[in-house]
Amino acid sequence: MLVTPIDISNPESPDTLLHLYKQMLYTRIYEEKCNQIYRSGKAGGYLHVYIGMEALSSGWINALKVGWDYVITAYRDHAHALALGSDPVKIFSEIMGRSTGLSRGKGGSMHLYDPQKGLYGGWGIVGGHVPLGAGLALGAKYKKEDRVVLNFLGDGASNAGVVFESLNMAKLWNLPCIFIIENNEFAMGTRLEYHASDTELHKRGMPFGMKHERLDGMDVLQTIKDAKRIINHVREYQEPYLVEIMCYRYAGHGAADNDQALYRTKDELYKAKERDPLTKLANLIIEKNIATPQQLETMQEELEEVVEEQYAEADAAPAPEAEEVYHHIYTDMEVERGH
Amino acid sequence: MGAAESIKTNYLNALKEAIDEEMYSDQEMICLGEDIGNLGGAFGVTEGLLDKYGSDRVQDMPIAEECIVGAAVGAALTGRRVMAEMQFIDFISCGFDQIVNNLATFHYRTAGEVAMPVVIRGPAGGYGGGALYHSQMNEGWFCHSPGLKVVCPSTPYDAKGLLKSALRDPNPVIFYEIKELYRKKSLEEFIPVEDYIIPLGKASIRREGEDLTLVTYGQNVYHCLEVADKLEQEGYSVEVIDIRTLVPLDEQTINNSIKKTSRVVTVNEAPRTCGFAGEMLARVCENAFEYLDAPPARCTRLDTPVPWVKPLESFVLPTVDKIFNVCIRTLKY
Ligand SMILES: Cc1ncc(C[n+]2csc(CCOP(=O)(O)OP(=O)(O)O)c2C)c(N)n1
Ligand SMILES: [Mg+2]
Repeated sequence: MLVTPIDISNPESPDTLLHLYKQMLYTRIYEEKCNQIYRSGKAGGYLHVYIGMEALSSGWINALKVGWDYVITAYRDHAHALALGSDPVKIFSEIMGRSTGLSRGKGGSMHLYDPQKGLYGGWGIVGGHVPLGAGLALGAKYKKEDRVVLNFLGDGASNAGVVFESLNMAKLWNLPCIFIIENNEFAMGTRLEYHASDTELHKRGMPFGMKHERLDGMDVLQTIKDAKRIINHVREYQEPYLVEIMCYRYAGHGAADNDQALYRTKDELYKAKERDPLTKLANLIIEKNIATPQQLETMQEELEEVVEEQYAEADAAPAPEAEEVYHHIYTDMEVERGH
Repeated sequence: MGAAESIKTNYLNALKEAIDEEMYSDQEMICLGEDIGNLGGAFGVTEGLLDKYGSDRVQDMPIAEECIVGAAVGAALTGRRVMAEMQFIDFISCGFDQIVNNLATFHYRTAGEVAMPVVIRGPAGGYGGGALYHSQMNEGWFCHSPGLKVVCPSTPYDAKGLLKSALRDPNPVIFYEIKELYRKKSLEEFIPVEDYIIPLGKASIRREGEDLTLVTYGQNVYHCLEVADKLEQEGYSVEVIDIRTLVPLDEQTINNSIKKTSRVVTVNEAPRTCGFAGEMLARVCENAFEYLDAPPARCTRLDTPVPWVKPLESFVLPTVDKIFNVCIRTLKY
């Protein structure tokens, strides 16, 4: 109920504004819980949260035909799954490696997979999923379906050779794929200007003759407008699009990142938080007398409780059986049993 | 050794010192890698190098492993000596073509005209809950590519001496660092302050024994030493060989040991099929068959991905118990 896609046909209506705020706030609380889970040792591998970037996932994913369109992204993937309406308990379970998880705990935080919602992952190898996104579009086009692919990638990932290969192919064959560069100004501890020769990453569509734009990702209402316009265009005209969305990563690179002082100042972080998409929307809601600050606070408390309950439900599941490791390596045979 | 000529160092700092000292003594050397400058590397192996040697010699690279390796090859053609870091050794697959097709073969295809003094190093291995793409040992791919040397140290002393050798080697070296050992307190040891190297291709006998030879490298060295302790309590004396270098392999040390013990078990944490544990067994069969009193055996990772959930991770990787059982079977044969 909380996270399922929102009807945004009238984004400025009081109901929609409240619903959007709720979804974004919920996502933030959920992500904070994820950080906590990781730090308590209950999640393995690595875990990366989307805090500060919620307007991007909510803005774009609500503009999709959820369940019909395809979404693929890198390892910072919880927010995408939540916005698509994946079961939050199953996401928690996946993160904690339980067999009740989306992929029976085999993928983990970085590899969420829920094709019924159109989510094709969740990918840990930087840049590796970008041609897959183009391939999803290729498959859809082949079947003459009017599906659109949202192919999310980071600013750091946009330097991978395979991204350029994918852009060329996508335009060559006019695939209905939107490459969305989430430009949060950092690739781990390396700033944009140290990793990209031209920091206007949207220009990477240029040499391929692909439409490209740089957009703000801190205002969810603007993002929804942009997303609707571009998704409609790609669906109708069957051609790829590249958008660079300016945002900022508040959290460390991953839940294990304790070295933020090495690459940014506290001041810079405070400045970025002044553009916070949640605060912005909250102010609008209050200004328009849709809700009082008190009501929004109550909403936050309720959501915190909901997230705690979802976590508790996920955590109640037992650890998987060791036997699980033998399953799903091949479709039709088992590997040799061990020692 | 006295305090003046040695300092207590962990595995990570030993590597850091090796790179620093080689950078200091060889102006031709450069370092390439993701986040190696400002951040000092994801794990801190290159910490401080940027300040010391500047961004001409310590370059933060975009996330493009194929480009990193290719650029290392190109720079080596102009006489640079290159240390290229893979942020995790798992991502070396993204630079695979450049490694096996260009780096490994350049010396050969120019009929010896050029050398390739390139070290590709990075954190490797499981047992840390890193999950599928942050836990691998993929050294087999490169042992299978003629032209590359492959190294994997297990102690701070070896880490420094072997990395220095690798950095001075005119051939390309793939250098596997065991990330679970980076900051392990119990491994800290006094290592010489003055320059030293450990030549590639020399194994180290980590424990002497008469009844069985355990041949291994990397993190499994410690599992094997523990197994040797346990077997001692059962009345068996076990020799533990840390090969340290996979290519070239010190077969003589292995064969000499087998002549003494007549029994051998190889151990590594890569998957079983086509893994280096199997390669070592094949060589034992070819070269020391007549000395064997029991079938040579191995203990490896299962042919599965590495799950991160603790009980499952140890279910697929070699553990003290599993190695112990394989040893007992071999001893009682
Ligand atoms: C091929 C590959 N190289 C390196 C890494 C290590 N790594 C993980 S995330 C990351 C930074 C990526 O930054 P960006 O694409 O901007 O995404 P963000 O984390 O900002 O969402 C790096 C270098 C990796 N996972 N895969
Ligand atoms: Mg980024």
